[in-house]
Amino acid sequence: MSNHNSMDSKVFFVQGNFAVVEGAIFSGMRFFAGYPITPSSEILERLSYRLPQVGGYFLQMEDEIASIMAAIGASFTGYKSMTATSGPGISLMSESIGYAIMTEAPLVLVHVMRGGPSTGAPTVGSQGDIMQVRWGTHGDHEYIALYPTSVQEMFDLTIEAFNLAEKYRTPVSLVSEELIAHMREKLIIPPRDEIKKRIINRKRPKVPPEEYFMYEVKENEYIPPMAFIGEGYHVHITGLSHDKSGFPTMDPEEYDALVRRLCDKIRRNKKDIVKYTEYFLDDSDIVVVAYGSPFRSSIHAVKDARKEGIKVGLLKLTTIWPFPEEVLRDKLSDKKAIIVPELNYVQLGREIKSAVYPAPTQFFPRPNGALHKPDEILSMIKKVYRNGVES
Amino acid sequence: MALKANFIMEKHPLNKYVREDVLPHILCPGCGIGTVINAVARALKNLEVPPEDVVVVSGIGCSGRASGYFNTDSVHTTHGRALPLATAIKITKPHMKVIVIAGDGDLFAIGGNHFIHSARRNIDLTVIAVNNFNYGMTGGQLGPTTPSHAVTSTSKQGNFEHPFNLVHLAAAAGAVYVARWTTFHVNLLTKSIEKAISKRGFSFIDVISQCPTYFDRYNRLGDAVSALKLFQKRSVIKNGYDPALAIADPFDKIICGEFVNKERPEYSERLQNIIKERMREVVKNE
Repeated sequence: MSNHNSMDSKVFFVQGNFAVVEGAIFSGMRFFAGYPITPSSEILERLSYRLPQVGGYFLQMEDEIASIMAAIGASFTGYKSMTATSGPGISLMSESIGYAIMTEAPLVLVHVMRGGPSTGAPTVGSQGDIMQVRWGTHGDHEYIALYPTSVQEMFDLTIEAFNLAEKYRTPVSLVSEELIAHMREKLIIPPRDEIKKRIINRKRPKVPPEEYFMYEVKENEYIPPMAFIGEGYHVHITGLSHDKSGFPTMDPEEYDALVRRLCDKIRRNKKDIVKYTEYFLDDSDIVVVAYGSPFRSSIHAVKDARKEGIKVGLLKLTTIWPFPEEVLRDKLSDKKAIIVPELNYVQLGREIKSAVYPAPTQFFPRPNGALHKPDEILSMIKKVYRNGVES
Repeated sequence: MALKANFIMEKHPLNKYVREDVLPHILCPGCGIGTVINAVARALKNLEVPPEDVVVVSGIGCSGRASGYFNTDSVHTTHGRALPLATAIKITKPHMKVIVIAGDGDLFAIGGNHFIHSARRNIDLTVIAVNNFNYGMTGGQLGPTTPSHAVTSTSKQGNFEHPFNLVHLAAAAGAVYVARWTTFHVNLLTKSIEKAISKRGFSFIDVISQCPTYFDRYNRLGDAVSALKLFQKRSVIKNGYDPALAIADPFDKIICGEFVNKERPEYSERLQNIIKERMREVVKNE
C-alpha cells in the first residue's frame, strides 16, 4: 500500500488512519503539523509521505502544542490544516483549541482515543475522552465532533469534518479510537469529481480592506467572512475578548455578543450539523444508543435479538457534539428502555439518560480496553427485556 | 476599542507601519516596549518593506500586546506559542517578513521548547525578546532571565535561581544571527533589526529593557530615565564576542553587540525543495 502514490476512485483494503489521510487530502488539506503518539502515529507517518506529493506542507513539531499552533497559523493564511493526536496530546492542545474557537480558525483535529487516565493504556481502544472532547478547553464554547464507526466512515467523515470546520469557522474533531484507527477494512473512494462536489470552502470577504472588519456579521448571521494573513487586510487576531474589528475590548456588551455568537453559530445550526442513523426504531420497545466500536457489536446483537422476537432498535450517533438531545428526546423518550454500551465508565450515557427521560436508561460501561462482544450486548438486551433497567 | 487619538495633530512619521487608531497604548509610562515597537517600525521603514508583506506575531504579557500596534497583519497568540504559529505563516507565505516580539518569560520559560527548536530548524523568523527580567503583566514575578539576587514579587529576599544567558542559548540552538542591545541603544538596535529582518534564517535579538513599574522599582533602579542611564553605564559593546561570555546583568555588565552572523540552510526553503522533488517523482511515476 505504501507503494501507491495516490489513492483514487478505487476499492482499497486499508486501516482507518490511512483513510483519514486520504479523506483529508481529498478535502484540500495541504498543511499538517503533528507529533508522534500511539494510536494516531500512522496519520503522521503517512502524511509525511503523501502531503509533499500533492504540494502540501508536512511538519513534525516539537510537541502537540506547537503542532496545533502551527495548524492554526496555516489556517490564518488560508490553508485547510489538520493535526492528529490521542488523549494525552489533546490535553496539551486544550488551551490552543480554545484559541482556535475564539479566533474562529477552521481546523480539523483527529483525536484517536486510547485508554486513560494519564498514559493509561496506549494500545487499546477507549471512549474515555468523550467529555474531554467537549469540555477540554476553558470558557463558554460549543464544539463539533464526529465519530466514525468504520474505515469507510473514517474517510467520509474526514471530508465532512473539513466541511463543517470551513462552514462554521471553528475547530472540528474527528474522534475515533484505537480499534477503528488500526482496523483494516474495505474503503471505496468515489470518483474525484463526485468528491469535489461535496467540498465546502470558507466564506471570503467581498469588500476592500478599508471596509473590512474581521468579525463583522450581518443580522441573524453568525459566521464572518475570513480574510487571510498576507492579503493586505491588516488583520489583527487575538485570543482576547474582541470586537468586530478583532481588537481587544472589555466592553461587556461586545464581549457578550462575541461569546453568544461563538456558541450560537453551532447551537442554532444543530439541524445542519447533527447526523445519526436509525435501525428498527419504529416498532421497538428497547433501543440501544451507540457510537464507535460498541455500535459495531450492537448492530449484530440487535439483529440477533429481533430474530428471537425482541422488539429492539438501534440509534447510531455520528455527531456526538453538539449533543443531539432533541433527536433523542423526540425518538426515544416513549421507549420502555434505553441501553448505552460505552468503552468508558459512563460518559455520553449521562447526557443520553437526561435526554431520553422519562425512558429509563441502562448503562453498559466497559473502561478496560476490552470490546463489548455482540453476545454480551445480546445478553444485556435480553436482561433488560426480562427484568427492566437496573436502578 | 475604537478610541480615536484625536490629540495627535500631525501624522506620525511611522504611521505606515504603526496603527494610530488603537492609541493610546496600554503600556506603563516609561516602558521599554514602546522603544522596541519604534525600532521595529523604523527598521521596516528603512528597509522599505511594504506593510502587507509583514506580519508581527506576539505571545502573551506586556510584550504580547506589541503586535496590535503594527499596521500590518498581526497575531496575538497564546502564552509562549508565537513561534510555532509564526513558523506556519512563514512556510505558507514565504514572501512575508515574519517578526516575533515577545517577552523573556514568554519566549524562554513557557515557550522555551519552541525557541530552541525553531532555532535548530533555522526557520526564517526575526525574533525580538523584550527582556525586562520579570513578568510585568502579572505583577513583577521572577522569570528565566531575572539576575541572581534581584528582588521580584516572588523573590522578595532575592532571586536564588541562575538566569539564562539568552544570546548563548540562541547561538547554541543554531540561530544564524544573534545580537543584544538595550533600549538605550535605539539606533544600533534599529540597524540590528534591519539586519535581522534581511537575514535568511532564524535571527534573534535580546533587547534589555526597563520595567519602571515592577523590576526597576523593586530593585531601586529609579524611573525610566535612570534605568536608561544605568543601561548606558553598564553596557559594553563587544561585536563578535563569545556569546557564552556575554553576560547581561544590570547590576554588573551588559555586553552588547552582534555575536553571531553565519549561514545555514533555511527550513522553509528546504521544505519547498522537498515538495518540488516529490511532486516531480509523482509525475514521473504516473
